Amino acid sequence: MSRRNPFSTVRWWSIVLKEFTQLRRDRLTFAMIVGIPIVQMIIFGYGINTNPKHLDTAIISADSSNITRSFIEALQNSSYFRIVGTLPNEAAGRAALAQGKVLFVINIPPGFTRRLLRGEHPSLLIEADATDPTATANALAAVNGIVQSVIQQEITGPLAVLRGKPAPFSVAVHPLYNPEDITQYNVVSGLMGVILTLTMVLMTGLAITRERERGTMENLLAMPSTPIEVMSGKLIPYIGIGLIQATIILLAARYVFQVPFFGNVGAVYLSALLFIAANLTVGITFSSLARNQLQAVQLGIFYFLPNILLSGFMFPFKGMPDWAQAIGNLLPLTYFNRLVRGILLKGNGWANSWPSVWPMMIFTFALMAVAVASYRRTLD
Amino acid sequence: MTAEASSNYAIDVRGLNKHFGDKYVVRDVSLRVRRGEIFGFLGPNGSGKTTTIRMVCGLLKPDAGAGTCLGYDIGRESAEIKRNVGYMTQRFSFWEDLTIRENLDFVARMYDIPSRKAAVEEALQGLGLKERASQLAGGLSGGWKQRMALAACMLHQPRLLLLDEPTAGVDPRARRDFWDEIQSLAARGISVLVSTHYMDEAVRCHKLAYIAWGRLLTQGSAAEVITGQRLSTWALYGQRLAELQEVLRNQPGVEQTVTFGDTLHVSGTDAEALRQTIESTAHSAGLRAEKIDTGLEDVFIHLMSGSDRGDGGKS
Ligand SMILES: Nc1ncnc2c1ncn2[C@@H]1O[C@H](COP(=O)(O)OP(=O)(O)OP(=O)(O)O)[C@@H](O)[C@H]1O
Ligand SMILES: [Mg+2]
Repeated sequence: MSRRNPFSTVRWWSIVLKEFTQLRRDRLTFAMIVGIPIVQMIIFGYGINTNPKHLDTAIISADSSNITRSFIEALQNSSYFRIVGTLPNEAAGRAALAQGKVLFVINIPPGFTRRLLRGEHPSLLIEADATDPTATANALAAVNGIVQSVIQQEITGPLAVLRGKPAPFSVAVHPLYNPEDITQYNVVSGLMGVILTLTMVLMTGLAITRERERGTMENLLAMPSTPIEVMSGKLIPYIGIGLIQATIILLAARYVFQVPFFGNVGAVYLSALLFIAANLTVGITFSSLARNQLQAVQLGIFYFLPNILLSGFMFPFKGMPDWAQAIGNLLPLTYFNRLVRGILLKGNGWANSWPSVWPMMIFTFALMAVAVASYRRTLD
Repeated sequence: MTAEASSNYAIDVRGLNKHFGDKYVVRDVSLRVRRGEIFGFLGPNGSGKTTTIRMVCGLLKPDAGAGTCLGYDIGRESAEIKRNVGYMTQRFSFWEDLTIRENLDFVARMYDIPSRKAAVEEALQGLGLKERASQLAGGLSGGWKQRMALAACMLHQPRLLLLDEPTAGVDPRARRDFWDEIQSLAARGISVLVSTHYMDEAVRCHKLAYIAWGRLLTQGSAAEVITGQRLSTWALYGQRLAELQEVLRNQPGVEQTVTFGDTLHVSGTDAEALRQTIESTAHSAGLRAEKIDTGLEDVFIHLMSGSDRGDGGKS
């Protein structure tokens, strides 16, 4: 019998070497490897880091008293709000919000002070432009503290009976937006998954279509290489790239954004390795399915969007509707975000990590099977 | 044991058919290439040569038809076929962003060649590319790319070479060297299937096949191919052959007129009618006419013009 060998390390190694050499000569790709994490870290990290202040705010005052003036002054002093003017009525307030002239409209209803003094617990209304919740979240979070300080200062003398609980007046924030505690830490650790998804899927998505488009696939197929050798051989260099990117992000998180590392960094790397494997199988599957490089990139972007939106990176996972959570539960990024945030920020150990680990493993094996099955052994 | 021992044929395929969408590209092609034979594969552009070669080496699945290549079934044993066949693609398909040496090295590893380094160095030496071995393959001129590709596909000492227009764009001297090499390989028992558009290469093949519109029109040695068409040919020498060609075109017995420089070849299957036409025309125009042996080129042009009649014209 002739010797059949479904996996030859020599052939496999020749593909690994070839990929490394080609990658080394491809300066654009090389720039992407280092550039993407750095640019993304700057954009996302900086955007969150600024903790936006001096946000434009308009007042609709149907009642003017020491207490309301003092409240408005306290808002100014908090440095989150910058009062840019007063508006005559609610309609004007809505218009200003809609046009983006202001981020907040503070509505003091008629008879506010009178009702306050009668102990009727009136409400102030703050309407917020919640299109960019991260921009407004910190400011809104500061409002309660401001209310307390106003109460301490203004409600004195005979009115002191109104102090204590419940507060003599409250602030209703409208539309109510109560995000999960998104902090810079959360975002920076979540970025690792996003960046790995983007680069791993896009770069390996091109791995096989590139050969097909350049006509070198015909040559490769005419040689005795097997699908598993070609696929795994092509993926090896990207594992290295993924680990380089993970390192860049971890270093930036630790030393630029001062994210505290409560857990084991080795565990983070292991998680990253598993997550890289999951994404490589996605990329290589796209690469087999796509007819050309453009299609491969389109598939990659098509995959990237739900990942960034539904994995809990952009929006709090628990706050999403059920259908969105169901989709999110199919994405490895959802589990990786939980895993890495858990390890880095909560110091999670193996037992707490396992629920996020096994879904990624299943995903990886399932897609690996799909990738090998969809690898075309002929030019048809 | 391979089945090859029981078969004298390096390639033995029957009834190959291939469609691309609703395009019928290869129709009932059967080929037999003996071991140690140089088999020329000819046909106009788009006639299905490349497609047929790809089916033979397992790169395309035939819609119908079967056969063996080096004794291995082309449908089931493509792994064995790939290991023993050297396939040179029509379009340069090596990695332009690898150097010449890296490309050869890659191929050598792929076939797990023993004493790899020596084999690569020897190939570079043979090519005369030793000094430029660390130049990117993409930077080679077209002819040099062909030569590198040829060296690469012979690196693992295949028992069958499938060469798809290996000398397209190669200069005459290199072409002659290449054919000398092919002939010495064949003498050592290596079989070669080579597609080409050059007549001087066709005559150096032991066997020829001519394909047009996906149909194999004739197959055999050059002499068999020529006699098979039962064509008689006359040569007319002189000036203003273009006018003469117009005149002759519709005369009895004339099926084909081709100018070769200052010679006009007139061919037809009805030898007697053709003789009468030529003699009267030549006398009236005062030209020298002479009956010659029909050449391969006359036959191929005849085949090509005949093949687009009938249903063969659908592409
Ligand atoms: N992958 C493909 N998809 C669709 N059509 C194809 C494909 N490959 C070849 N064809 C068509 O099949 C026909 C035969 O092509 P083929 O390349 O076999 O011709 P050829 O004889 O090698 O021509 P040439 O002398 O120009 O190399 C052509 O009409 C071509 O357009
Ligand atoms: Mg061709």
